[in-house]
Amino acid sequence: MADVTLMKTPAETALAQAFESAKTTLPGTGESRAQAFEQFNSRGLPHRRVEEFKYTDLRTLLREVAPFAGAPSADQARSALEGAKALKGVEALQVPFVNGHFVRDAVDFHGLPENVEIVPMAEALANGHDWLAHLSPVPWANDNPVYQLNTSFMADGVMIRIAGPVATPLHLRFVTAASSAVATATRVLVVVEEDASVTLLETHESTDGANHQPNDVVELIAGDRTNVQHVRVNAEGDKALALSTLAAKIGGDAIFNSINVVAGAATSRHQVFAVLNGENTNLRVNGATMLKGSQHGDSTLVVEHGAPHCESRELFKTVIDNEATGVFQGKIIVPHHAQKTDGRMMSAALLLEEGGSMNNKPELEIFADDVQCAHGATCGQLDEDLLFYLMARGLPKKDAESLLVQAFLGEALEFVENETAREALVETVESWLKARA
Amino acid sequence: MLEIKNLVVQIEDKRILNGLNLTVNKGEVAAIMGPNGSGKSTLSYVIAGKEDYEILDGEILLDGQNLLEMEPDQRASAGVFLAFQYPLEIPGVASMTFLKAALNAQRKARGEEELTTPDFIKRVNAAAQQLEIPKDMLKRALNVGFSGGEKKRMEILQMALLQPSFCILDETDSGLDIDALRIVSEGVNALRSPDRAFLVITHYQRLLNHIVPDTVHVMHAGRIVKSGGKELALELEANGYADYRETEAA
Amino acid sequence: MPAVQETIDQVRLIDVDQYKYGFETEVEMEKAPKGLSEDVIRFISGKKGEPEWMLQWRLDAYKRWLTMKEPNWARVSYDKIDYNDIYYYAAPKKNPAPKSLDEVDPEILKTYEKLGIPLREQEILAGVEPTNRVAVDAVFDSVSVATTFKAELAKAGVIFMPISEAIREYPDLVRQYLGSVVPVTDNFFATLNSAVFTDGSFVYIPPGVRCPMELSTYFRINEKNTGQFERTLIIADKGSYVSYLEGCTAPKRDENQLHAAVVELIALDDAEIKYSTVQNWYPGDAEGRGGIYNFVTKRGDCRGRNSVITWTQVETGSAITWKYPSCILRGDNSRGEFYSIAVSNGKQQVDSGTKMIHLGKNTTSRIISKGIAAGKSENTYRGLVSAHRKATGARNFTNCDSLLIGNQCGAHTVPYIESKNASAVFEHEATTSKISEDQMFYCQQRGLSEEEATALIVNGFVKDVLQQLPMEFAVEAQKLISISLEGSVG
Repeated sequence: MADVTLMKTPAETALAQAFESAKTTLPGTGESRAQAFEQFNSRGLPHRRVEEFKYTDLRTLLREVAPFAGAPSADQARSALEGAKALKGVEALQVPFVNGHFVRDAVDFHGLPENVEIVPMAEALANGHDWLAHLSPVPWANDNPVYQLNTSFMADGVMIRIAGPVATPLHLRFVTAASSAVATATRVLVVVEEDASVTLLETHESTDGANHQPNDVVELIAGDRTNVQHVRVNAEGDKALALSTLAAKIGGDAIFNSINVVAGAATSRHQVFAVLNGENTNLRVNGATMLKGSQHGDSTLVVEHGAPHCESRELFKTVIDNEATGVFQGKIIVPHHAQKTDGRMMSAALLLEEGGSMNNKPELEIFADDVQCAHGATCGQLDEDLLFYLMARGLPKKDAESLLVQAFLGEALEFVENETAREALVETVESWLKARA
Repeated sequence: MLEIKNLVVQIEDKRILNGLNLTVNKGEVAAIMGPNGSGKSTLSYVIAGKEDYEILDGEILLDGQNLLEMEPDQRASAGVFLAFQYPLEIPGVASMTFLKAALNAQRKARGEEELTTPDFIKRVNAAAQQLEIPKDMLKRALNVGFSGGEKKRMEILQMALLQPSFCILDETDSGLDIDALRIVSEGVNALRSPDRAFLVITHYQRLLNHIVPDTVHVMHAGRIVKSGGKELALELEANGYADYRETEAA
Repeated sequence: MPAVQETIDQVRLIDVDQYKYGFETEVEMEKAPKGLSEDVIRFISGKKGEPEWMLQWRLDAYKRWLTMKEPNWARVSYDKIDYNDIYYYAAPKKNPAPKSLDEVDPEILKTYEKLGIPLREQEILAGVEPTNRVAVDAVFDSVSVATTFKAELAKAGVIFMPISEAIREYPDLVRQYLGSVVPVTDNFFATLNSAVFTDGSFVYIPPGVRCPMELSTYFRINEKNTGQFERTLIIADKGSYVSYLEGCTAPKRDENQLHAAVVELIALDDAEIKYSTVQNWYPGDAEGRGGIYNFVTKRGDCRGRNSVITWTQVETGSAITWKYPSCILRGDNSRGEFYSIAVSNGKQQVDSGTKMIHLGKNTTSRIISKGIAAGKSENTYRGLVSAHRKATGARNFTNCDSLLIGNQCGAHTVPYIESKNASAVFEHEATTSKISEDQMFYCQQRGLSEEEATALIVNGFVKDVLQQLPMEFAVEAQKLISISLEGSVG
């Protein structure tokens, strides 16, 4: 694959050293870790000549590797969670992680809602567990270097089984609270059994001012006739380099509705790898990204229609202020047998000021003939005529801009079913706009 | 109320208004008629402050304030309201949200208190009822998927809510059937008052049967070439614009 | 619509042998020694009677090429090309540089007759209305064998001649512009071309001149084991206009042959260049044996203000097509357009598209791409639209549609859309679909066979692009498309 052997960067060397020293202490037998790290190490950090990382050159962006965080003390965990704000108003069962480690004490294992089972990941890795066989539900995600790094270093997380309908949302709350930079690698596996349904909230927060390096993976296996609603919020600290992956395998006659709202981190890349594995499934993956200053936000998405008669909708909205850079890479794959696929992907970006950049790469890879697939991409400023119309009704320019930006992002948010969560996301947009004015 | 003096305007090197003079007094309904391309719509945009136009000379005063120095939103707060010929569609912004944002922005600019939500809804409902605007239309995104008549009624609803002192109706009758025309005209007539002036821009006399003007001005080649009472409109209806092509302003 | 009728008739007439240009001409050829070396380059340069600077240019390119790697990012796969198993120069032995048509080997003249390419000016005059005249430069393997209407064009100040001749006769013009759009080191195939290019056309339109007729070059690969390395350079000086057409065919062979061309267009202030291609190289047989490897670098530079470059291509031939005719929109208010129909059948692989690089203010571009995949072929659109920091007011509209016929082919869309300017407005839309059953049923119910209905619907699908072609070419292209899709249904 790699044509040219590049010199190892200091970060790559540091990662290799970190792996050497951590591999004996990390939970589990280490076989799959060693394999994943070997694969990662053979190619190194992905750079702009690696197609999937063309617009997010990790070789340049990741200069120094932060030390991997140890487990927090009970007090540290408590105070970290007290400070966490993302989607706070939404009533949910809290499943918290502090510095990449599952906070067991925060979960009442005896009082879990019906149909919910939770197993701590570190324990499962150390002692073995049947569910571990479900890890890596999307085989080709194993080729992804960010995913490989998570597999190499994952220290903790949880495995969750949803056996039937669950009314209360589950909130996976990731908090990094350390005054100096730390790296984390958390892995969460959610298995939703046939006919089950659940709402998953996933929030990521970290302290401002430190170059935290979270690399989190959430994996989902949803069986036939399941309904999974997923709301993810990136509210990472202003210096964070946040990498994340959602790998999902969805069965037939199912509904999976996911949104990622990006409001934080200096650099972020969220990858969604989804495989539709049964017929008549409905997939929606949305994104609402707000970038300012010199932020860099990357949304990368691969949806494989692995079965006929499925419908997928992808809608990504990016608002870019100042000198920020937005990236959208989306690919719909339709193999030969996936006839009657209906896939539609749209990426729209707004550049609010001179100096910003947007890179769009919407791809279709289609091998079946009886399909309806489309993608669109737009990039531009706010519509001058709309601005004038609003100003002619008395709205000052900034307010008119805010209203239009809200409407623009609102189109991606409106599919969030949980009303309180949707309102909280709208507030996130509003406060981002307020900070701008 | 409104005074336009020697207004000269061009867009992309093309002269549109050519020394236009016009005065509209408080309480007056003034109609501007003229053939296509005479500059009627330009005049409405320039009063409201659209960016694309280059003002080469002249001034526009509203109650003595120079409008040309103000941003569009400041003009709106000062009392200028333009009912657009083609109202814009704003996907994702519910009509209610928009109305509230506009109303409160103007109140704020004038140093007034923001309206409470119940008070606001009461006002909207009253105005909507009069204009036969169903409630579900107010919940939909502004003008998105509205028919031509619905869009025009929404414009008049905004006018009723915002209570401007100087209203411009730009070809409000275009695309309206007779029932919609009646509803819209009644909405406008209800807003006529001694403190409020109207500038009704239209190509046809038809609208002026419903909104009867006090004065009628004929516009041609970027200036007013004749002014008179409402009978002038009837005369135009009978004889067309041809007579005015070469006429100089009286 | 007569054009549609034409297609249907054409589909009816098709015999088993679909590629009708697959014959071979028996001519004695002179070739360079097989393989690539400095000596071979000196041989080519010597044959062409080139000045020393040209030879140096070639040798520099060759040195650079030796350090380069064949690109592998395109969605095409093929056996490794042995660059030392190719003849880089092949010319008819009898009089390789004929002064007039009478000196051309009659076998070659027959070839062009069979291909339907008029080389005798009087025949053209007799047959067609004068307004539809086309000047032709006929390139046979490595040399130009005839160029028509040279004298008449010269009267208007237009230079239209083989590039090898232009290097000798207009060295200053060539030197000024050659490699100024596609640098010698641009990419593997362009660098190879720079080292070994043999012939192609040179066009110069002086300021303010509207070229009095269409110009065209007809490329024919005939000799076995031979590569064709065409080089074309077109300069439209201030306020001028030219429309240029290019056609290509080759005999049927089991081996793969390499065509690595470089085309450079330069449009100065207020100038306009229309460049149309109907590419019908031998595509190989249904099993994927043989066919031309078509690795082409085409780029236009809208160097002047208000300049316009339009690329129109109909790609039906070649086993592999690797081609991205692009526009560098450097001049303020300049415009670039790309219209493409790419049809693939059998085991053809197409990876084609365009690049629109917006550098100047208020530059606009438009991309309309129609891909049709049938058989076991792979058809990829790959395109880049970018606005640089200073490209205020840039606009792009892209529409790329793909149609799949049958369930063993692939249609892919890979656009890159990069904006660094807030006032740039880019819109991109793409769809992939099949011919709808309802449409088919409707046509069949009205009496069309499945094949006729397909041809009819495909014609509708590609109509936007066909309209961009000069009339004669449009008809030709339409026939080609239906022939290419022969056997794809049922």
